[in-house]
Amino acid sequence: MTEPLLRIEDLAVTFSTRRGPVEAVKGIDLDLPAGRMLGIVGESGSGKSVTAFAVTRLLDAAGRISRGRVLFRGEDISRASSKTLRAIHGAAISMIFQNPRAALNPIRTVGLQLADALRAHRPLSDKAAREKALELLKTVLIREPEKRLDAYPHELSGGMCQRVMIAMAIACEPALLIADEPTTGLDVTTQKTVMDLIARITAERQMAVILITHDLGLAAQYCQDVVVMEQGRIVERAAPEALFRRPQHPYTRRLVAASPTPTSKVEDLVADPEYHVPLPPEPLREKPAAGTPPLLEVVNLVKRYNHGITAVGGVSFSIGAGESVGLVGESGSGKSTISRMICRLIDQTEGEINFEGQSISGIPADGFHRSPYRRQIQIVFQDPHDSLNPRFSAFDAIAHPLKRLDRLSNTALKERVLDCAAKVGLPANLLDRFPHQLSGGQKARVGIARAISVRPRLLVLDEPTAALDVSVQAVTLQLLERLRREDNLSFLFVSHDLNVVRMMCERTIVLQNGCVVEQGESRRLFDAPESEYTRTLLAAVPHFEGAA
Amino acid sequence: MSSATLKHAAFVLRGNPLTAIAAFATALLVVLAIIGPAIVPYDPTASDVAHALEAPTAAHWFGTDQLGRDVFSRVIVAARLDLAIAASAVVLSFALGAVIGSICGYTGGRVDRAVGRFVDVLMAFPLFVLAMAMVAALGNRVENIVIATALINLPFYIRFARAEVNVRRNAGWVEAARACGDSHLSVVLRFLLPNILPAMAVQISLNLGWAILNAAGLSFIGLGVKPPTPEWGIMVAEGARFISTGKWWLVAFPGLALMFCVLCFNLLGDGLRDILDPRMRT
Repeated sequence: MTEPLLRIEDLAVTFSTRRGPVEAVKGIDLDLPAGRMLGIVGESGSGKSVTAFAVTRLLDAAGRISRGRVLFRGEDISRASSKTLRAIHGAAISMIFQNPRAALNPIRTVGLQLADALRAHRPLSDKAAREKALELLKTVLIREPEKRLDAYPHELSGGMCQRVMIAMAIACEPALLIADEPTTGLDVTTQKTVMDLIARITAERQMAVILITHDLGLAAQYCQDVVVMEQGRIVERAAPEALFRRPQHPYTRRLVAASPTPTSKVEDLVADPEYHVPLPPEPLREKPAAGTPPLLEVVNLVKRYNHGITAVGGVSFSIGAGESVGLVGESGSGKSTISRMICRLIDQTEGEINFEGQSISGIPADGFHRSPYRRQIQIVFQDPHDSLNPRFSAFDAIAHPLKRLDRLSNTALKERVLDCAAKVGLPANLLDRFPHQLSGGQKARVGIARAISVRPRLLVLDEPTAALDVSVQAVTLQLLERLRREDNLSFLFVSHDLNVVRMMCERTIVLQNGCVVEQGESRRLFDAPESEYTRTLLAAVPHFEGAA
Repeated sequence: MSSATLKHAAFVLRGNPLTAIAAFATALLVVLAIIGPAIVPYDPTASDVAHALEAPTAAHWFGTDQLGRDVFSRVIVAARLDLAIAASAVVLSFALGAVIGSICGYTGGRVDRAVGRFVDVLMAFPLFVLAMAMVAALGNRVENIVIATALINLPFYIRFARAEVNVRRNAGWVEAARACGDSHLSVVLRFLLPNILPAMAVQISLNLGWAILNAAGLSFIGLGVKPPTPEWGIMVAEGARFISTGKWWLVAFPGLALMFCVLCFNLLGDGLRDILDPRMRT
């Protein structure tokens, strides 16, 4: 058997922290033959990124390879000198990162940065470097490459920045490309074009790729081999089809179950019987009597900003009591703006918002905190960490709306907070903790408890699980579903994840550039989309159930 | 202060004993300022012409001045006045600056621009000259030194608070507070201000040293505190006349006291920055 391009033997990485050494990678073995794409999947803290950084020896000062070998073309680079590494970086192994905009130098043009990458390993004249850079931009399919050569990173979209990063990574024709979450934060359609590009270019050049991702679908669709990591160890390695059809390890099984697919139901997301709490049945809702207004009615909502940009251009929809409506669209589609207008955090430019038949769009957002409707409409934010005041304990955070809107204090307040915490499954002994002492899932629970504490009728969920790991997302989605069924809550579920929306919402609204493209019952909309845009969106979602 | 903060503070102090020393020295200064007049060996204003201009001895540790007053007693007693002027000036400019700056940073727009230009104008003057002019115009009183010192410090606090609030105004928890029924004003005062306080505390500590120098400087040039009140700036000014004849102790000891104060506050400020900077926590 020929020597693989990259062989990792018993690699362990240790970080020295204040609490003593912490082993982030606990002895892993990997082989990667030339020309293959290997996916490393796992949740945060699994050590997948640390592995990549250890291979490229880009670990930060606190971390070091404590054990094992990294053989690249048969040579151990785990203890190579920085001179040897410089020759390898870029020329033989290159890397692309999660946030392309942050990885590019903001004060140098794209062309100059590409030239830098080219010149790092061989001398080139200005003119030759520019020509080569132009060629690279053409390879990564950037439109108007001559013009983009002189553009600065901030003038390009996120997807374009990632393409420039890819161009830089392949500039010196390396044999191995390490892509660390290359499409996280990009829209699904952009994700698809970027991933297709990586797959095509690396196949053409016979490059090996390590794709690090938390998205099982993505790994399944593009990789020939997938390894699953959990807490610094590889728990399973297989071809994607086998791995996702017949996961062997309990952790993989849990991960596969927790990843929403077009056919999954909220009930089935949590496979682990230990965490499984049966959901109450969907309550039978009586058909509202004719003439009763819906809980929320939005008519022709428009938001224009001073500099002439129309974020939302005339959107109308309604949400009935106990109903869950999904709002999907890519970044810039106006979904966050709509949710903030409905929550009365910002004013609309035109249009009507009616709550139980009463117009609330006349109440300015600045004064809405005094309105009796404030408590009826609450919101759960995207990033559970960012949405909690760092100086409030979990108790203070949940108590805050109760103090402000319900004027509760002392024992009554304490009882309600404990009640809410119990309802969202937050152990009472965590209530004294501050946000930085809580895990992502616990913070999400605090955010949800805060929103439901004043017993609202409508809950706006603004990408409530976008920042969470899939297993935490699964538990959080079940929790939300249970709250909706128990309390007859209505949801406006804003998300870019179509599989989640399909599962959670009875009806779905598809937005593009601030306008409704299509709306209707979720089942119908996802199975037989009417508009071209919805079809494009659906086609871009990576699937692993059909992976072949 | 949560227990985690205390633990972190203990960790920083272990790694940086200078901060611990500075904290201890600052505490000592404050105690001296409070109990100083009660413990000094001589009346700081009682003259004893028979023993004028004596070099340091066992009876007079820091020597005596041209009127035979004990320099040691005067240096110790002066701590109260100097620290009081500096502290009240800094508190005043901090309180005003934090509120004005936070409001500017949160609202942006016209108010922000107007205040910004006012601050620019204020900072365009040589600040010490501005303070001199103010004390000269308002009258030679301690309150006016405080007001002048506060005003020349104000721009720094406004800018600092504005910048700190500006980066937080779009945080999720600010929107969440509004959804929980808080008005804009209460978001600024109850949410944003407490969050920028740690960062401001560093600024306060660094600023105190500067304010002390400023107050002493005003007295030195004859504005502000009048003799025979013991005050470091006046003592240096009065002693300067005798330095050419080799009577160094008149200037050296109040000068060293000033230096000691400024050093303490600066070291403490640096240490506070390490303790409060969340990036230092791992």
